[in-house]
Amino acid sequence: MTVNHYIFLSVALFCIGIIGVLTRRNMIVIFMCVELMLNAVNLLLVAFSKMQYLSGSVVDAATKAGTDAQLFVFFVMVVAAAEVSVGLAIIVMMYRNTHSIDVNFLNRLKH
Amino acid sequence: MGITQLLFWFLTVLTLGSALMVIFSKNPIYSILWLIVTFFAISGHYILLNAQFLAIVNIIVYAGAIMVLFLFVVMLMNLNMPASPVKKKWMPFAGIISGGCLLLVLIAALKDTEAMRRELLMKSGDIGLINNLGMVLFKDYILPFEISSVLFLSAMVGAVVIGKKN
Repeated sequence: MTVNHYIFLSVALFCIGIIGVLTRRNMIVIFMCVELMLNAVNLLLVAFSKMQYLSGSVVDAATKAGTDAQLFVFFVMVVAAAEVSVGLAIIVMMYRNTHSIDVNFLNRLKH
Repeated sequence: MGITQLLFWFLTVLTLGSALMVIFSKNPIYSILWLIVTFFAISGHYILLNAQFLAIVNIIVYAGAIMVLFLFVVMLMNLNMPASPVKKKWMPFAGIISGGCLLLVLIAALKDTEAMRRELLMKSGDIGLINNLGMVLFKDYILPFEISSVLFLSAMVGAVVIGKKN
């Protein structure tokens, strides 16, 4: 497989996440679409970490290049886990105040 | 068409189909279950790229911990209330059109670039194994690793403070 297969897969997944954020009004579903976009970027980083540097060269299975990219994905997952806990706490607080998880009720913040 | 191509296309169809089901399911519970399917398909992609550590971490952290958290929050809420009337009926179409335009622009911009013909190292290479990643993580990246524990502590304190009844 070439790298553009994975680039197009990640772009499609990212755009599905964006469409979900723009069309849905349920706060939890919007948050899940943000997670979908994070995973699209993670998949792209892993694909780039396995990209061979010199085109036409022999397959070098012993190279260590790309380790940094996979550790970057690991730290992205760490930050995403922390983000989810705080975000869900905010959603629970919003539900307790407005008794709804519809984002259209959030415009009450301006009054 | 080898087994690698076959697996790639199967996992791609599974990923995109379940991602579409996430955003088009009416019930948030079904959205969460489809999102778990999406995460398993992405883990399959990681295994196909021989990133086994990230595949396992993806299943444990995303499909295990985060999705259980989402399910708990959904079950704590009353989902049976009637949805508020939709004021602007054209809003979903505007969202779909703008997302599709972004997809079109990105694909058109990236379609013919030269560097994208590079082959990927599928099903081989040992950079994704836990031996290699652990050696680098605990030698070169020990400071970010420790800082991430402080991040988790602050996230835990923040979640408790926000979720506390006042």
